[in-house]
Amino acid sequence: MTQLDLVPVKPTTAIVSEPVGRKASGRSVWFRMLVNDRVAAVAATVLGVVALTALFGPMLVGDLATDIDLDNSNQAPFTLAHGWANVLGTDPLGRSMLARLVVACQTTLSVAIPAVVISAVIGSVIGMWAGYYRGWRETLAMRVADVIMSFPSLLLAVVVLYVFSPSAANIVVVLAITRIPVYLRTARAESAELATRVFVDAARTFGASGTSIITRHVLPIVLPTLLTVATLDFCYVMLAESSLSFLGIGIQPPDVSWGLMVAQGRTYLHTAWWLSFLPGLAIVITTVSATILAAWARIATDPAQRWRLTVPQKRLSRFAKTGKAL
Amino acid sequence: MTAVAEHPPVDQTDADPALRVQDLTVDIRTIAGTVRAVDHVTFAARSGETLALLGESGCGKSMTATALVGLLEPVAQVVDGSARIGDTDLITADRKKRRAMAGPELAIVFQDALTALNPLYTVGTQLAEPFRIHHGLKAKEAKRRAMELMTRVGIPQPEERMKAYPHQFSGGMRQRLLIAMAVALNPKVLIADEPTTALDVTVQAQIMALLKSLRTEYDMAVVLITHDLALVAEEADRVAVMYAGSIVETGSVTEVFGDPKHPYTKGLLDSVPVDAVRGAELKSIGGSPPDLHSIPAGCVYQDRCPLVRDICRSTRPGLQDVGSRRKSACHFPGEVSNV
Repeated sequence: MTQLDLVPVKPTTAIVSEPVGRKASGRSVWFRMLVNDRVAAVAATVLGVVALTALFGPMLVGDLATDIDLDNSNQAPFTLAHGWANVLGTDPLGRSMLARLVVACQTTLSVAIPAVVISAVIGSVIGMWAGYYRGWRETLAMRVADVIMSFPSLLLAVVVLYVFSPSAANIVVVLAITRIPVYLRTARAESAELATRVFVDAARTFGASGTSIITRHVLPIVLPTLLTVATLDFCYVMLAESSLSFLGIGIQPPDVSWGLMVAQGRTYLHTAWWLSFLPGLAIVITTVSATILAAWARIATDPAQRWRLTVPQKRLSRFAKTGKAL
Repeated sequence: MTAVAEHPPVDQTDADPALRVQDLTVDIRTIAGTVRAVDHVTFAARSGETLALLGESGCGKSMTATALVGLLEPVAQVVDGSARIGDTDLITADRKKRRAMAGPELAIVFQDALTALNPLYTVGTQLAEPFRIHHGLKAKEAKRRAMELMTRVGIPQPEERMKAYPHQFSGGMRQRLLIAMAVALNPKVLIADEPTTALDVTVQAQIMALLKSLRTEYDMAVVLITHDLALVAEEADRVAVMYAGSIVETGSVTEVFGDPKHPYTKGLLDSVPVDAVRGAELKSIGGSPPDLHSIPAGCVYQDRCPLVRDICRSTRPGLQDVGSRRKSACHFPGEVSNV
């Protein structure tokens, strides 16, 4: 090959090219996009810490969460006077708040995550199926969703949990069923709209089956929306679980969840604010982080928007201020 | 239906066209009543030839294409007729059979290439999809075939462009991609639904040249749907002129454009400003196409026709031979040249 052969052919039309993805592996591209969006990076870190706490925390704190020490009841937080374990204060029975938060983290996530995942998967699959095919499938799915939605979900949970024993598994099942319509309706609406797009028609004109169109053309586009709905629903499920725990049909002591801690601390709000505040803060931080990360994922999975995560944030804001094209 | 007898096939002499559409009729149900959008449309397209379906917007040409590829909305329904590729009737074939034919037998190029490509996938993945579906190829092999296709349709640096997304291509390049996807499985019949309407004239010429060379290479029958008279004159071998859901004239492009045998075709050709004098009024066809809700009893063109007589008001003229492999749906084809 001569040097001349190496001269790139001049493209006949303008082609916008991004060098990303040529050499860098897929994983490092994602990592770079996450680091570039600092807020999302912080959110991801927080969620990572929460996940690690849920996994390994209870092992580390051992019996601390249940050790009663009535001499040390309702100690204020943020002082080392009562030992490291009580740095976040103690509850009315003198148990370490820190240890209880750690243990509650596992309980809370083990209810909220399965409930959200189950309802999201079932609701989305049925919703996309109904929206893509329309007709009787849509009518059937939507009427079932209407029936579920016509009961206040908390009331339904109360009824079911009074009849059956209030175990963690039952809470998960009840919460999952009551939240299915949220995903079902979202997925159906988006899928019905997508089914009329030309690229879906195009896929049909070279013989793609319905299932293949749903998985390859509908799901990837609906997914970011569903992810956003799921993170919002994640807080709802955590709060619903705490309401159920408050009513005494949720998590049963001596198990503890963040929601249950908020509920139990309410009677002491005047004298010991940290009993409710700290678990409440944990719920807020977790859900806000999840929401931020979902917003990031929405941009990162959209090829037309992805460039926003590859340019420096400063440039992005200047771009927004002047409104000038790059 | 009795209509079958009225409309003999376009090319009786032609033993085996790639696509034979016979009396295709599409009804649309609306609140105001049923509308006949495509009325006993009959044409044939032969391998290696381009047949242009010419007509103004709303005349039913795109609806015809949609019916052929099986993408009609539920409100529209094929109520009569057949469309045969080989021995199979596209209209009556079951879903499985149709899916097997979609791609290797019949393919379509859409007008708007940006909406016809999924924004979330790289073009390499999308071009590989037909191979994946029909030949069951593994991702790697399918991608290799996709790259060959990109080279074939003239996309520079295919190896790199494979990894790009549709929004990173220009309009002309996107149209090339769409054509590549359509011809991927070497279809016998390629329907091109206004493939160049959204493009500028230079790119339009490139795309049409590409279609022509692919047509020769794969020996496809191309059905070119367009409203552009110049495009038909340059690119098509045969033309079928549509008006208000019916075909009013068919024949070779040279003959039809040189000596139209239907007043509508004549009117269309006359409204092309070939040697118009500056300042002089441009010729146009008076009136407007009939409302599809109330198509008159006789000829569809009666209200705008300069030749209209009593018989035109009462009897719908069928397509009659007006020469070798030429047909016109006019009671007085001989008088058209006097208009």
